[in-house]
Amino acid sequence: MKVLVTVKRVIDYNVKVRVKSDNSDVDLSNVKMAMNPFCEIAVEEAVRLKEAGVASEIVVVSLGPQAAQEQIRTALALGADRGILVQSDENLESLTVAKLLAKVVEDEQPGLVIMGKQAIDSDNNQTGQMLAALTNMPQGTFASEVKVEGEKVQVTREVDGGLQTVELNMPAIVTTDLRLNEPRYASLPNIMKAKRKPLDTKTPEDLGVAVKAHTQLLSVEPPAERQAGIKVASVEELVDKLKNEAKVI
Amino acid sequence: MAILIIAEHDNQSLKAATLNAVTAATQIGGEIHVLVAGSGCQAAADAAASVAGVDKVLLADNAAYEHQLAENLSQLVAELGRDYSHVVAPATTTGKNVMPRVAALLDVAQVSDIIRVDSEDTFARPIYAGNAIATVKSLDAIKVITVRGTAFEAAATEGGSAAVEAVAAAHDAGISSFVGEEVAKSDRPELTAASVIISGGRGMGNGENFALLESVADKLGAAVGASRAAVDAGFVPNDMQVGQTGKIVAPDLYIAVGISGAIQHLAGMKDSKVIVAINKDEEAPIFSVADYGLVADLFEAVPELDGKL
Ligand SMILES: Cc1cc2nc3c(=O)[nH]c(=O)nc-3n(C[C@H](O)[C@H](O)[C@H](O)COP(=O)(O)OP(=O)(O)OC[C@H]3O[C@@H](n4cnc5c(N)ncnc54)[C@H](O)[C@@H]3O)c2cc1C
Repeated sequence: MKVLVTVKRVIDYNVKVRVKSDNSDVDLSNVKMAMNPFCEIAVEEAVRLKEAGVASEIVVVSLGPQAAQEQIRTALALGADRGILVQSDENLESLTVAKLLAKVVEDEQPGLVIMGKQAIDSDNNQTGQMLAALTNMPQGTFASEVKVEGEKVQVTREVDGGLQTVELNMPAIVTTDLRLNEPRYASLPNIMKAKRKPLDTKTPEDLGVAVKAHTQLLSVEPPAERQAGIKVASVEELVDKLKNEAKVI
Repeated sequence: MAILIIAEHDNQSLKAATLNAVTAATQIGGEIHVLVAGSGCQAAADAAASVAGVDKVLLADNAAYEHQLAENLSQLVAELGRDYSHVVAPATTTGKNVMPRVAALLDVAQVSDIIRVDSEDTFARPIYAGNAIATVKSLDAIKVITVRGTAFEAAATEGGSAAVEAVAAAHDAGISSFVGEEVAKSDRPELTAASVIISGGRGMGNGENFALLESVADKLGAAVGASRAAVDAGFVPNDMQVGQTGKIVAPDLYIAVGISGAIQHLAGMKDSKVIVAINKDEEAPIFSVADYGLVADLFEAVPELDGKL
C-alpha cells in the first residue's frame, strides 16, 4: 500500500510571532521555519507503517514556496521514499490546498493519506477534512491510534468527551493529534541519503487547479496584552486576594 | 439572509457550546435556524426550540447521524446549507471535524474559530496560537464558520418558541462506521463551561498527585485541566488538555499549578478573567500572564490552599 503524507513549512513552534507595524500581516522575515509539528507526527506514522510492513511506499507532498523543499528533504531523511513539491508563492488557502492534493491523490492512488490536524500558523484545522470531501474518502481526524486491518483502518480520535473509535473503508484520510506517536530525529547518514531521493516539482497549473481567493485578510493585530499581575508571598495572601480583591472565590 | 446553526448535542440534551454559537449568529443578524441531526434526538431538538433567538429547528432523526460521522452529516448539512447565507457550528471537535467537509462540498472557504463578528462577512480569528488576531472577510456566497465558545456569551436556554420541523433526508455514505467510545465521566463541570478551573502540569509528577487538585476543585466547584506535558506523560486523559491544540477556556478563575506557561498552553487560557500561577520557578513564563503568582513548591502550597478554603 502506498501512503501519501503532507508536510507544511511553518514558523518554528518555539518562536513567538510578531505583527508587522502596518498591521498588514505577521512578520516572517528572518524567522526560523520548520516542519509543522503535526506533520512530523504524520511522517512518523507513515514510517512506522512501512517498518511494520503495512506500507510499501511513502510519498511526501508539500505545497508552498521553493524553500518548502527543505521540509520535504527532512521527511525523506525520516524515511519517506520520494517527494512532490507543488510550488507556488501565492497564499494558498485550505480549500485550494485540498484541491491541489486531490489531484495528487488522483495521480498517486494512495491507500492512506496522513496529514497533520492543523498547521500552527493559520490554526485552521481544515485541509484534511476538505481533501476527504473532494475525494469522497472517509476521514479519521485528530487520531491518537491508527490500525490498518485489511481493507479497513480503525482510527481512535481525540474528541472533547474523551476518545472515539471509527472504522473507515480505505482509501482514507487520517489527521494526526499529539498523542499518535513521538517523532524520531533524522540521523546524519539518512540526511545525506535523502539528498539523492527523487523530488518532483509541479505547479498548480500543471495540476489544472486555479488558485482562487475565497477570503481576504483585512488586518492583523497583536492580541490584547494582559495587565502585569503581582506576586503574593503566601497561600494566605493568595486566598485573601482571591476573596477580597478579585472576588472570584 | 438566514443562518443555519449545527447543534452540538448528545442526542438527549443540547450542549452548551450551541448557545455561544447562537449568540454569534445573532450578531451576524438574520433568521436563525438550528439543525439537530442525530438519532432519537427529539429532546435535544425541543431544547433548541426554546433557546432565545432561535426561529426554527430542523430535526434530522436518523440512525446515520447517531454518532455525528462526518461522512454522513456533511452531506446533510451541505444539502441544507445551500439555502442559507451562513452555516455556523461551535468549534468543538465535532464542529471541527464536520464543517470543513461541508465547506468543501459547497466549494467555499471556512472561517475557523471566530472570536468577533464585525459584519455579515467579516470576522476576527486568532492565528499563530493566539499571538495575532486576523480580521478576515469572506468572499463566498455561503459563509461556513466555526465559533470559539469563550468569545461569545451563551444565549438564554429559555424564551424561544421555535417550531420543530422534521427533515427526511437520510444520507448514509456507507464508508465509515462507529466502533466505540471512551467517555470520561466526572461529576465536576465541563472544562469549557466551568467558571473555575484548576490545571496541573508536568510539575504534578504523576497522575495520583492530581488528587491534590481534585480536592481543591471540589471545594470551588471547579473543573480540572492539564497541560500537554501532563497528558503526554499519561498523568491524565487527553480531554483535559488546555491549549492551542486542546480546549480553549476562559473561566472567571484559572489556577495553573506546576505549569511553565508555554505559548501553546497560554493560547488556551490567557483570556481567563483572573489567573493564578503556582510554580517553584520564579522565572516561569506563566507568571507573565498571572494576576497572582505564588513562587512555591506545589506539594506544600496546594494542600495549604485546600485547607484554607
Ligand atoms: C504542536 C504543539 C502543540 C501543543 N499544544 C499544546 C496545548 O494545547 N497545550 C499545552 O499545554 N501544551 C501544548 N504544547 C506543549 C507546550 O509547548 C509545552 O511543552 C507544555 O505546555 C509544557 O507543559 P508543562 O508546563 O506542564 O511542562 P513544563 O514546561 O515541563 O513545566 C513544568 C513546570 O512545573 C514546575 N514545577 C515542577 N515541579 C514543581 C513543584 N514541585 N512545585 C511547583 N512547580 C513545579 C516547573 O518549574 C515548570 O515550570 C504543544 C506543543 C506543540 C509543539
